[in-house]
Amino acid sequence: MTTQTAQAKALEPLIYELSSSGRKAETLMPKLDVPESAPLPAHLLRDSLELPEVSELDVVRHFVRLSQLNYAIDKGFYPLGSCTMKYNPKIGEDTARLPGFANLHPLQAPETAQGALALMYTLQQWLCEISGMKGCSLQPAAGAQGELAGILMIRAYHQERGDTRRTKILVPDSAHGTNPATSAMAGYTVVTLPSDARGGVDLDALRAAADETVAGMMITVPSTLGVFDENIQEIIKIVHNRGGLMYMDGANMNALLGVVKPGELGFDVMHFNLHKTFSTPHGGGGPGSGPVTVNEKLLPYLPGPIVAIVEEATDSEGAPRYGFVMPEKSIGRLKAFHGNFGMLVRAYTYIALHGAEGLKAISHHAVLNANYVRVRLADAYKVPYNRMCGHEVVIEGRFPDAPDIRALDISKRLMDYGFHPPTNYFPLIVHEALLIEPTESESKETLDRFIEAMHAIAREAREAPELLRSAPHTTPVSRVDEVYAARNLTLCCRLPSAE
Amino acid sequence: MPYIPHTDADRAAMLAAIGITKLEELFDAIPAEHRFPPLNLPEALSEMEALWELQALASHNAVAPEYAIFLGAGAYNHYIPSVINHILMRGEFYTAYTPYQPEVSQGTLQATFEWQSMIAKLTGMDAANASHYDGATSFAEAVTVALTHHKQKRNKVILSPNIHPQYRAVARTYHQGNGTRFVGDKSGRATLDDLLDLLDENTAMFAVQYPNFFGQIEDFSNLAQKVHASGALLCIVTTPIALGLLKPPGALGADIVVGEGQSLGIPLSFGGPYLGFFAVREELVRKIAGRIVGDTIDSDGRRAYVMTLRPREQDIRREKATSNICTNQALMALAGCIYLALMGKHGLRRVAEVCYHKAHYAAERIAQLRGYHVNTRLPFFNEFVVTCPRPVAEINRYLLEKHQIIGGYDLSRDYPDRENQMLIAVTEMNTRAEIDALVQALEAAAQNS
Repeated sequence: MTTQTAQAKALEPLIYELSSSGRKAETLMPKLDVPESAPLPAHLLRDSLELPEVSELDVVRHFVRLSQLNYAIDKGFYPLGSCTMKYNPKIGEDTARLPGFANLHPLQAPETAQGALALMYTLQQWLCEISGMKGCSLQPAAGAQGELAGILMIRAYHQERGDTRRTKILVPDSAHGTNPATSAMAGYTVVTLPSDARGGVDLDALRAAADETVAGMMITVPSTLGVFDENIQEIIKIVHNRGGLMYMDGANMNALLGVVKPGELGFDVMHFNLHKTFSTPHGGGGPGSGPVTVNEKLLPYLPGPIVAIVEEATDSEGAPRYGFVMPEKSIGRLKAFHGNFGMLVRAYTYIALHGAEGLKAISHHAVLNANYVRVRLADAYKVPYNRMCGHEVVIEGRFPDAPDIRALDISKRLMDYGFHPPTNYFPLIVHEALLIEPTESESKETLDRFIEAMHAIAREAREAPELLRSAPHTTPVSRVDEVYAARNLTLCCRLPSAE
Repeated sequence: MPYIPHTDADRAAMLAAIGITKLEELFDAIPAEHRFPPLNLPEALSEMEALWELQALASHNAVAPEYAIFLGAGAYNHYIPSVINHILMRGEFYTAYTPYQPEVSQGTLQATFEWQSMIAKLTGMDAANASHYDGATSFAEAVTVALTHHKQKRNKVILSPNIHPQYRAVARTYHQGNGTRFVGDKSGRATLDDLLDLLDENTAMFAVQYPNFFGQIEDFSNLAQKVHASGALLCIVTTPIALGLLKPPGALGADIVVGEGQSLGIPLSFGGPYLGFFAVREELVRKIAGRIVGDTIDSDGRRAYVMTLRPREQDIRREKATSNICTNQALMALAGCIYLALMGKHGLRRVAEVCYHKAHYAAERIAQLRGYHVNTRLPFFNEFVVTCPRPVAEINRYLLEKHQIIGGYDLSRDYPDRENQMLIAVTEMNTRAEIDALVQALEAAAQNS
C-alpha cells in the first residue's frame, strides 16, 4: 500500500490488519492419530509464513461485511449487457453440492462415476439439440476458452487438409474483445470488418476480405449491437464459398433458445456460456463454463476427453456404460480433468426445469423485455440501431445539450437509483455506448422503475449535471480513482509490522 | 414458466408498447425456414422432480466418506471448513459479476486483493493475479508470459517430465498455433541435469514442479542460477498445502509460480470448478494476463480497491492482448481466501504437517508389505509412488469392490514405463483406521493374484 491508501479510512480493514500475533482459529484439525515421522530436513522448510492470525468469528464477520459492499442479482436489477445477469435458481446450488457430485474425484475409474458421466453425456446431447450441432465438448472453462477451442479446431481442420495458406480470421468491429484476442492466441492475423448503417456486417467489405487466405470468421448472433443480422445466411455463404469456417460466439444465446439453431443456419462451431444462458451464477467473475458444439466437419477435432457410450444397455431397463474418449484428431486438452463440472450440474438442473417450452419462453421474454426498454427509452436517449432488437439494446449515453455528460456519469448515477449500470463503452463502435440487457427474469414493474430512473437521469443531465458527474452518492465508496491505482501500483498488502 | 414473472396483462401492455401483437413477431428478422425449430428435450420437471433426478444421478457415484480415498494426482480430498460454504452461499458474492463498477463491488475487490496478498506471501513472490481457470491453464499462461517477456524472440520451453501430465498437455494445446517448442518430457526419464543440458539462448522458460507429480521434493537449490544464466525464466508449479511447510518457490529463485488452489477449501467436484493461482516477480507484473486488483482511493479520500492494469486485457487491447481470458475463478478465489484466513499462519502449517505424517506412516507400512516397493529416494510430502506386484488397475478394482477403497493413481496411464506403479495421496482426511485398512487390503490384493 502507498502511505496514502494505508492511512486512508477503510470501510473494512484488510484481513491482515485484523490479525493479532498468536490468535488461532484452529478447531479444525483432529489430533494426529499416527506416530510422527522424522521431519523433513531443515533446509527444505520455510522460516516464516505471513498469513493472518484471526479467530473464526473475525473471519465470518469480515467476509459478511465485505459481502454487504457488493451489488448482486439477489439485491436488484443488473442489466449488464452481454453478461445475461438473470436470476440464478437456488436449486442449482443444492444439486451441485450433492455429496455424490461434490466429493467425486476427477481421476476415479469411470465405473465409480457413472452418474456424473451420464449427466455430462446428457448435457452434451442437449446442447447439440439446442444448437443444431453434432458433437459437444464440455471441457472449456469459460466462453473465452470455448472460443480458443473453436479457432484451434478450425486451424486443425485446415491443416489436416493441407490447406496451410489460411492465416486470417475475420472479426466484425462490433465483436467482443475476446474474439480478436482468441484469434491472435491461435496464431492468426485478425481482419476487422466494418459494420453497415443497420448494425450488420458490411457485405461489400466482407466480400473483399473473404479470400482463400481466410481460415474462418467469428461472429456473435444476435450481434453485440443487439440486432439480428438479416444477412446472416449470406455472410455464412460468402465465407463458406471461400473455404472458410464459421464460428458463432454464443454469448447472446439467451435470445435464440428454441428460436433458431445455429447449426441449421450453417455455423460450423459455437460456444455456449452456461453462466449466461443457463444461469449458473457468475460468482463475482467466474467460474464460468464454455462448452463448444460442432457440426460433422469438426467432430474429430473436439477438445477432449468427451463422454461417450462405451457399451450400450443390454436391456431396456438397464443403463448404458459411459466412459471418456479422446476424439480422433482432438486439438487436445484445454484444462486439467473434465471442465467445470459443478457448473455443468447447475446447467443440467436449469435445462431440466425448463424443457423445450420453458427454454423457448426464456428467449421470448428476454427479447420482449429488451424491446420494451428500447421503445420506452427512445424518446430520452439516442438508440443508434432503433429496430427490433434481440435480448439487449444499445443506447448512447450522451446528450447534445449536456456536452459534459458521458455514459460513465449516467452509469454511476444509476447506482444512486439502486440499479447496477449497463455495460458501458461496449460495443466500441457506438459513441458513449450503454448496452442494456434486462433478461427474462425481470418483471414489468422492475423495468418501469429502471426506465423512470433513466428518464430522471436524462433530465438531471440538463438541470443538474454536477449530480451525475460527482455520482455515485449513495454507494459504500464514492467514485473510485482508477488512475491512482495504475500510477501507484499496489497489488498486495505490505504491512510494515509483519515484515 | 419458471422464473418468468410476466402476467398476461404485462405481456399485452409490453407488446402494445412495442407495437406488435404477438411475441413471435419479435423474431421476424430470423430466416423464416429456420425460425422456431422443434427442440427435442425432456418435459420440464418441477423443482422436487429435478432434485430427485439429480440425487439419483449423484447416487451412482462412489465417493467419500462411504469410500476411503487415496487418490490425488492434482486434486485432493482435504477438509473444507464449514465457514467457507456459508460465506460462498451469500448471494451478494455469488450472484455478482466481474467488478467492473468498483463503487458497488468493494466486497469482491477487497477479497480478491486479500487473495492476491496471501498467494504472494505463500509463494514468496511479489504479486499475484485474481486467478486463472485451474492449475493447468495457469501453467499455459505462464508460458505466454515467458514468450512475451522475451518479445517472442525465444520459442523453446523446457518441461520437466515430473510436471503433471495434464498441465503439460494443456500448455501444448494453448500454444499449438504460435510455434512454441516444448522439449524435455518426451521420454519421461530426464533428470534435472538432462534438462539443464537443453538450456540455450533460445529457451524462454524452464519449468519444474515442487513437490513434483510423484510427490517428491527435488533439490532445486542451485537451479535458478543456472536457468537465469541462459536468460530463461524459471517457472515452478506448486501446491499450496505443501507450502505450509516447504520453503516458498520465491526463495528458490522462481520468476513465475503457478498451481492448483483446489486444496484450499474447494470440493473435488469431479475436476472443477477449481482455482489456478499465478504469482510473479515484480518486473513481470505488467506482462501477466487476467484480472488484477490494486488499491486506490475514492473521491472522498477513502481507501478503495479497483481492477487495475486494465489496458493489458482483451476487451481493450483486442488482438494485441496476450491472452483472451475474461472471467476467472473469482468465487473459487474467495473460497481460497477464506480458507487461508481461517487456517492462518499456524493452521496451514498444521494441515501440512498432518498430511506429511500420515503419508509417511502409510508409506512405511506399505513398504513392509511383501511384493510392494515404496520409492523413498527423495523426500516427499503427502504423495508417494508404490511399485505393486500386479497392474494397478487390477489392484484398484480389488480395493474398490472388496474394501470400499478408492486406490491411488495408475501412473502407467501417462508413463508407459511405469508399469505397476501407483501414486498414493494421503491427507488429513484419511484416518489411521483407513490407512491400516488400505495396508491390509493391499496385502490381500497381492495374495489374491
